Amino acid sequence: MTSAGTVIIGTGLAGFQTAASLRAESYQEPITLIGEEPHIPYQRPPLSKGFALGTQDRDSIELRPQKFYQDHKINLITGQRVAAIQPVERHIQLASGSRIPYDKLILAVGASNRLLPIPGAKLDGVLYLRSLDEAIALKECLATAKNVAVIGGGFVGLELAAVASSLGKSVTVIEALPRLMSRVVAPIISQYFVDLHSGRGVKVICGASVTEIAGVSGKASSLALNDGTQIDADLILVGIGVVPNVDLTRDAGLPVSNGIAVNEHLQTQDENIFAIGDCAEHPCSFANARLRLESVQNAADQAQCVAATIAGKEEIYRALPWFWTDQFDIKLQMAGISHGHDRIVTRGHRETGKLSVFYFKQNRLIAVDSINRPLDHMLGRKLLAAGTALTPEQATDENFDLKTLAQKPKST
Amino acid sequence: MPRVIYVSHDGGQKEIDVPVGTTVMAAALKNGIDGIVAECGGVCMCSTCHVFVDENFISKLPPADDTEEAVLEIAAIERQPNSRLSCQIKVTADLEGLIVRMPEKQR
Repeated sequence: MTSAGTVIIGTGLAGFQTAASLRAESYQEPITLIGEEPHIPYQRPPLSKGFALGTQDRDSIELRPQKFYQDHKINLITGQRVAAIQPVERHIQLASGSRIPYDKLILAVGASNRLLPIPGAKLDGVLYLRSLDEAIALKECLATAKNVAVIGGGFVGLELAAVASSLGKSVTVIEALPRLMSRVVAPIISQYFVDLHSGRGVKVICGASVTEIAGVSGKASSLALNDGTQIDADLILVGIGVVPNVDLTRDAGLPVSNGIAVNEHLQTQDENIFAIGDCAEHPCSFANARLRLESVQNAADQAQCVAATIAGKEEIYRALPWFWTDQFDIKLQMAGISHGHDRIVTRGHRETGKLSVFYFKQNRLIAVDSINRPLDHMLGRKLLAAGTALTPEQATDENFDLKTLAQKPKST
Repeated sequence: MPRVIYVSHDGGQKEIDVPVGTTVMAAALKNGIDGIVAECGGVCMCSTCHVFVDENFISKLPPADDTEEAVLEIAAIERQPNSRLSCQIKVTADLEGLIVRMPEKQR
């Protein structure tokens, strides 16, 4: 009897990379990669950056050309929704009715936009961004929009604010919390980005919530803040986070929490079913906590880990998390998980535009954020991954050589 | 179109005609060169498009900037003086016959 092979649900980076890495690991069984979106796998990061701005076209964001899937015997099925997982029978059921059997099943099902729960949120001109189709719609609206309001001062919201501003729009960013990107970065970084955006003409309002969107003839025209302020906006971009897609998994009887629950092998309670990428909550040794991360690094490294395990190597997931965001001409590079830090020190100066923030917890380095100091970021990744000891005093001393320290074997 | 020659770690060669302005990385992905991964999509955040540039072409390339130099520090196979990120090499007419060698692994 021939093997049913591996079935991967989700054609984002995590799903794509699992298929590609399985073949790179010389996995010989059938691979089916199935997704709801009508497109072949593409990169999501450019959607809120170069693609929205117009410097990257659709062709340039495809992860691989169509031919790659034929050449590597990956059965790519697009535009099909999976209706159910039947773990006992070991098959999935498509909305179209057909069934696909599996030996190993990978859930790379991603997340969905968190929806704005206020009156007027369904008016035309209120847009979200996660998929290529949404990005195409957004680009179209951006072409004619005059006043753009961005709800949410996180990565996606700020990247889009920068794009809209660069395209000559009048832009207002509204963030509910007291500062930008507050979930992940230190106040000094938040302030750097307030200054960056303000300097380019973007109006940044923190600590305010949007209570209502008003429209004319079904189309958004303005929004109201909780203090009564009215802001004209014919295009409203909502970037208030995502919720993991867990329904299929829950319906299949597998545990979910803030995401699909997996162990250190990224395996669900069913040993034949794995979950990776934005949808998976995994034990993260760098945070000493169970985390769900939304990033390229997390998707690609988890895919690689699962592919190795299926190919017989029994990998444990222990890759260092890293992230980036591009806003105007500034790249913020982040390494590690800063949550829970009790001390921060800086290296470089905000005034020079070159700044890194080193985050410590009980005198142990846990994260590094860098602006225009790329070497700090890359060496930070090395130090964090190896668990090399660095004191706050060393981190803040620009004469202290991080490169030499990063080359040393691990100290315990 | 300038021709770029990709040499895999085991010595296999593939010649690709690359439109001027396209990066060595993008052309590799388009043409099924498996030795280049390009995990971050070409934004200098990962080192998985690392290549060794043939000595005869090194001086024809604009030097690596600080960001590229930093990324090369984390390459899976230790960087050499002729190491570059292929996402940062834009093909020009001057680079006809460019030879890039791919490392044993990218991750």
